[in-house]
Amino acid sequence: MLLDYLLRFADNALVLAQRLGEWVGKGPVLEEDIATTNVGLDLIGQARLWFAYASEVDAREGHAGRSEDRFAYFRDSGEFRNLLLVEQPNGNYADTIVRQFLFDQWHVLTLGQLTLSRDERIAAIAAKAIKEVRYHVERSRDWVIRLGDGTDVSHSRMQSAVDALWMYTGEMFSVDATERALIDAGVAADVEALQPHWSAAVNAAFDEATLVVPADAWMQGSRSRGGKQGVHTEHLSRLLAEMQSLPRSYPEARW
Amino acid sequence: MSVPGPATRIAEPAAAGPATLVSIAAVWRALASVPDPEVPVVSIVELGIVRDVVRERDEIVVTVTPTYSGCPATAMIEADIRTAVEEATGVRPRVQTALAPTWSTDWIAPEARGKLLRAGIAPPGMTLASDIATSARPITFTRPRAPVACPNCGSLRTSELARFGSTACKAQYRCTDCLEPFDYFKPH
Repeated sequence: MLLDYLLRFADNALVLAQRLGEWVGKGPVLEEDIATTNVGLDLIGQARLWFAYASEVDAREGHAGRSEDRFAYFRDSGEFRNLLLVEQPNGNYADTIVRQFLFDQWHVLTLGQLTLSRDERIAAIAAKAIKEVRYHVERSRDWVIRLGDGTDVSHSRMQSAVDALWMYTGEMFSVDATERALIDAGVAADVEALQPHWSAAVNAAFDEATLVVPADAWMQGSRSRGGKQGVHTEHLSRLLAEMQSLPRSYPEARW
Repeated sequence: MSVPGPATRIAEPAAAGPATLVSIAAVWRALASVPDPEVPVVSIVELGIVRDVVRERDEIVVTVTPTYSGCPATAMIEADIRTAVEEATGVRPRVQTALAPTWSTDWIAPEARGKLLRAGIAPPGMTLASDIATSARPITFTRPRAPVACPNCGSLRTSELARFGSTACKAQYRCTDCLEPFDYFKPH
């Protein structure tokens, strides 16, 4: 159960980092190319911290104690536990920025709670990661406002991105049995309680950005049938096919 | 500049032998000679990356903490530590990583701030509150942040070019007085 929870955070970070890595060399301007890559690098580092702990818990739970690489490269999409939001394709830069902001804002609030986790290792990883994620959300929020309240073209692309991605935000706050038990034990973040704070922060940024939230959107992946339970959109398997192809073709490859 | 190089500071002769014969002070001196791979004007001790050196049974254990969790220099720093300590003391140390407490730029030694400045890198959190109150500031689209002094001319009229720079720990700035672009070591 704890393993499952750790993999959710590890996989969020890993999958989003892989997506951001797809921008390398193709960013709209050099500074943003560097920024996107740096955010991805932070997330890779965080994924490694989560995987390292997951590996120990895996061994404790009587499994093989799978390594970071086993977790990253040798699981299929059904075994990944990331949110549907982070696996969505990059689209144009507005799509990437909106995806980033919606996730960053959730991430910073969730990590904030996890710094108080009764599991000391989780608290330590969260304390490390939150310093980086605070910086991420400042940047993605700045861009949401800049592009939303920008030109007609940037505004319309941002609004389209919000319209397309909003349906993946409900899952971030839906609590399943695994999460409930760990919340009750003081280990996991109570995301339900965080939702009003997230909504307030997102609405404030969107107001400034002149963006509107779609009304009555159907929320994908809530009701315990989404990315956190291993039920993914088709985009994840394509991402994994690229990310995993080298180690799967040459399992013992060394640089 | 004729500042004594790091290598000249290793006075301790290489004492071949088990860890029990190695002085902790000698290990610290060796560590003080290890430059940060990405900001080589300062040592890893000055950056606050080395948290502890202890003797555990027949082993020297060096505890380090990562600056940024994805910092690609981490593996190189660990290798440099093993080499430097082994060369200075004859004992190969074990290097372990501690996540808590998390690294902060507050741990950068005061003398290292001067070294960063002389290398053209604005050190984190150097601006005085009195300077902020009286200085003119360019208007940017982002929310106001504390101004960063230009390492070249000292002007506070600087603006952020990009939130990320040449390494994970730096942002890119530009001085609007002397027009020089520079790296800013982000407070963390």
